[in-house]
Amino acid sequence: MSTAHADRSGPHDVLLSVSGLQKHFPITTGLLRRQVGAVQAVDGLTFDVVRGKTMGLVGESGCGKTTTGRLLTRLLEPTGGRIEFDGHDITHMSQGRLRPLRKDMQMIFQDPFSSLNPRHTVGTIVGAPFRIQHVKTPHGIKRAVQDLLKLAGLNPEHYNRYPHEFSGGQRQRIGIARTLALNPKMIIADEPVSALDVSVQAQVVNLLEDLQAELGLTYVVIAHDLSVVRHISDDVAVMYLGKIVEMADRDSLYTHPRHPYTVSLLSAVPVPDPRRRDSAQRERVLLTGEVPSPIDPPSGCRFRTRCWKAQDICATEEPPLIGKPGDMDSHLIACHFPVADDEKVAGRKAPASVV
Amino acid sequence: MIRRLIGAVLTLFAVSVITFLIFFGLPRLAGDSPVSLAARYTGKTADEATAVAMAHRLGFFDPIYVQYGRWAKAIFVGADYNAGAGIEHCSAPCFGYSFITHEAVWPDMISRLPVTLSLAVGAAILWLVAGIATGVLSALKRGSAFDRAAMGVALAGVSLPIFFTGLLALSIFSYKLGWTAPGSTYTPITQNPALWAYDLILPWVTLAFLYAAAYARLTRAGMLESMGEDYTRTARAKGLPEKTVVTKHGLRAALTPIMTIFGLDVGLLLGGAFLTETTFSLQGIGKFAVDAIPAHDLPKVMGVTMLATFFIIAANLIVDLMYSVIDPRVRLS
Amino acid sequence: MTSVIRPTADGRSPRAFLEVRELCIHFPTEDGLVKSVDGLSYSLERGKTLGIVGESGSGKSVTSLAVLGLYNRNNAQMSGEIWVDGEEIVSASPETVRKLRGRKMAIIFQDPLSSMHPFYTVGDQIIEAYRVHNKVTKAVARKHAIDMLGRVAIPQPAKRVDDYPHQFSGGMRQRAMIAMAMSCDPELLIADEPTTALDVTVQAQILDLMRDLQREFNSALIIITHDLGVVAELADDVLVMYAGKAIEYGPAVEIFERPEHPYTWGLLASMPRLDRELSDRLIPIKGTPPSLINVPSGCAFHPRCSYAGLTNGASLNVVPELARGASHLVRCHLSVETRQQIWQREIKQELEGTA
Repeated sequence: MSTAHADRSGPHDVLLSVSGLQKHFPITTGLLRRQVGAVQAVDGLTFDVVRGKTMGLVGESGCGKTTTGRLLTRLLEPTGGRIEFDGHDITHMSQGRLRPLRKDMQMIFQDPFSSLNPRHTVGTIVGAPFRIQHVKTPHGIKRAVQDLLKLAGLNPEHYNRYPHEFSGGQRQRIGIARTLALNPKMIIADEPVSALDVSVQAQVVNLLEDLQAELGLTYVVIAHDLSVVRHISDDVAVMYLGKIVEMADRDSLYTHPRHPYTVSLLSAVPVPDPRRRDSAQRERVLLTGEVPSPIDPPSGCRFRTRCWKAQDICATEEPPLIGKPGDMDSHLIACHFPVADDEKVAGRKAPASVV
Repeated sequence: MIRRLIGAVLTLFAVSVITFLIFFGLPRLAGDSPVSLAARYTGKTADEATAVAMAHRLGFFDPIYVQYGRWAKAIFVGADYNAGAGIEHCSAPCFGYSFITHEAVWPDMISRLPVTLSLAVGAAILWLVAGIATGVLSALKRGSAFDRAAMGVALAGVSLPIFFTGLLALSIFSYKLGWTAPGSTYTPITQNPALWAYDLILPWVTLAFLYAAAYARLTRAGMLESMGEDYTRTARAKGLPEKTVVTKHGLRAALTPIMTIFGLDVGLLLGGAFLTETTFSLQGIGKFAVDAIPAHDLPKVMGVTMLATFFIIAANLIVDLMYSVIDPRVRLS
Repeated sequence: MTSVIRPTADGRSPRAFLEVRELCIHFPTEDGLVKSVDGLSYSLERGKTLGIVGESGSGKSVTSLAVLGLYNRNNAQMSGEIWVDGEEIVSASPETVRKLRGRKMAIIFQDPLSSMHPFYTVGDQIIEAYRVHNKVTKAVARKHAIDMLGRVAIPQPAKRVDDYPHQFSGGMRQRAMIAMAMSCDPELLIADEPTTALDVTVQAQILDLMRDLQREFNSALIIITHDLGVVAELADDVLVMYAGKAIEYGPAVEIFERPEHPYTWGLLASMPRLDRELSDRLIPIKGTPPSLINVPSGCAFHPRCSYAGLTNGASLNVVPELARGASHLVRCHLSVETRQQIWQREIKQELEGTA
């Protein structure tokens, strides 16, 4: 089980450790481009990822998960906090010193149509990491690429084809093959299957799981599809407006969600069972209002503007991400009034009244 | 908005400095003495002593920034020049004094403006209408005979130089057929609007042909893109008549880049339609420049440069502002 | 004893509000004839919801655009009949159909940002939609637009009516699209992937809204999606499309609880679900969705079907008819008994996670 810091549950081998990670994008105005505010995209994330495990980052648009993915691979530089990868502090490392480390952390992108250069053949795309990192391959790059294509479930004879000749699922496999070229330790997958057809999603999910078992990979999977995250993750962190609101191992989170946001998120997922339609609707928590702007997030707890349990303290005091004291297996929750197991949550709300 | 205005003014200033340096600094670097520079500037040749005295009087021995300051100041308050033949007064705005033609640059230059303006505006309206109409029709009838023919003609229009089409047009329509006015005739609009239009019809059409071709191709490309957009599909799905879909939805979106290019083109044209005016012997600003250059009339050339720059910068500014008017996404960001 | 049901496109007046008979839509292209829709038949009454399920390349979107007359004899090779409230669309003049479009039947698209014109305010676009079919003044139309925005629960409608599409959030934009589509009180509303681009909590709100509006206007609703959860939430009947044909068609409860086509089995099995026990691996459908230019011979699904071998070669050569199976219509060579056996022995357990 992953915790905010590994020392809580014993000496697990932590590959990635994030502490107070922060990324604010400045907003400037006026003639001299004075900074008048900031988009607080990511605001104080703390978590560890254990070697060989999968951490799922879940949230909706605007929660900062994509920015987090880019921070973890240092495509962006944090404005605060600390990232430690494989014992190295990469928070503010220069790009030159980062380059050798990039062999060990790779990224899979969401859109299989735009993340592959349409003017390069598959062989060039998958072989590029070898050339960029000056890695020697025992039998030549072409052979290494073909082995990778096979590993990703593609036909190695398609070495000279172009991306547009492949389907979306196959293109995503090409992207995966590319990330495997340098034997990475960790792969950050940003929405790896959301752009794919349902029947193909399952293929790619299975592939990712098989690769993890075979190669001992560590994953951070960023997604908004709660069902996929449940299937693939060992630990899950739920993000809202730049912060983690709940973090737990996969089973605990999905069976006993504690944060009101997690509860409403899980209840919103449509269930593919027509018989349960009415009861699901009755039990669904419909959040009103909109996600607040990350430029001016609510004081205290950021979720309070939409939370049915919000009280005065929620506006004045930001709840820290902590577990129940004394209980080593409890979730980490950032809430003053977490939802208890037997609590009745607010049922279906009437649509906002029209004036 | 303020930032853009300030930027424009700064650009104008920077260009004036660069222009000044090119005319007055570069030759010094290349080895000219103040005396030979002054001689070239005034176009006068004289014996050594007179030339040196003249160079002193005109300030060519002063440091370059003083010379620039003086020149810039002259634009606002006027200046006096003494090249030896007496004091010539040049009132504000003073862009220099031509010793070759013995007159201040500004009044002479400005008197040419109506011609260029007439030429530019008339042609602009023509090419805008013709170009856009052709482009829209081509896009709607993509692949048809009309489309292929129109784009073929457009390719010719874009490729053939104006002096070719102009001279050809003149020889056929003015001289052989006598339908249009021969070159070098111009009647101000205030005098006789009908005659004014008659005199200019051939240069208008010739110039417009060149630009209409480009605009037809641009419009076609823009229309093809906007008609394939999702919002066009929505417009049809609402039950709008196809005509409305094409104009209100398709054309409106396709026009944005065209409008901005239009502003730039007109700005450039105002700065001097050199080839057209020369081909048709119209006494516009372009002809003014074309005449001044071989005559080594430096003050005039500098004046035209500054005027052209002003028009282009102004056009850029207007185009920037227009963009934010047309596209609400730009306006509100 | 199976009976073949093939509604003939014979011009006889329809019994349902919307009736599609033997619809074929083919597009001649440089690469070949794209058979987007190849013999589709279904019907729908007012007040009911049909869910059309399919992946990319199934032809589901093309059908809906044809119902609106956006695909017609001028831009596609069409045959068959589409009856909307007693009027036949395919053979009607474009002008007749145009007058119905937006008034009798309306559509909302997947991406509300690209589907609305960026240069006109939302109010202007709704007003435009209204004034096409109603001779009223601008002032009256504007009031109606504000009214509609309020009905879709957009707060401060009188103010937001003058905002541009990009000034709305994703969920609000989709609501505005819905307002625009409903502005002329259409009796048929088609929603083409309406929530695919939205967050899950926003999706829940939009689905809720659509349900309410359908009830209020008593409209017929077609919801086109690849998300089986969404279908289960909304649909009374479900039609599963594959390679331009309907391969399973029946009441939603039956499709979900007693699916009879191997493709539907595959779809249900490859989806990770929150309401079921976790399975070790997802069960994908092998292969990829077919190209509509080179549709596989015989049964289009046979290259991906695990049971094609049981048909004695029929699946390779003969296109199966849409016939009555155990409880609803299925297009499959396997006999009802064989399918039921496979269902009982293998599939049911896989789906329920008890295998």
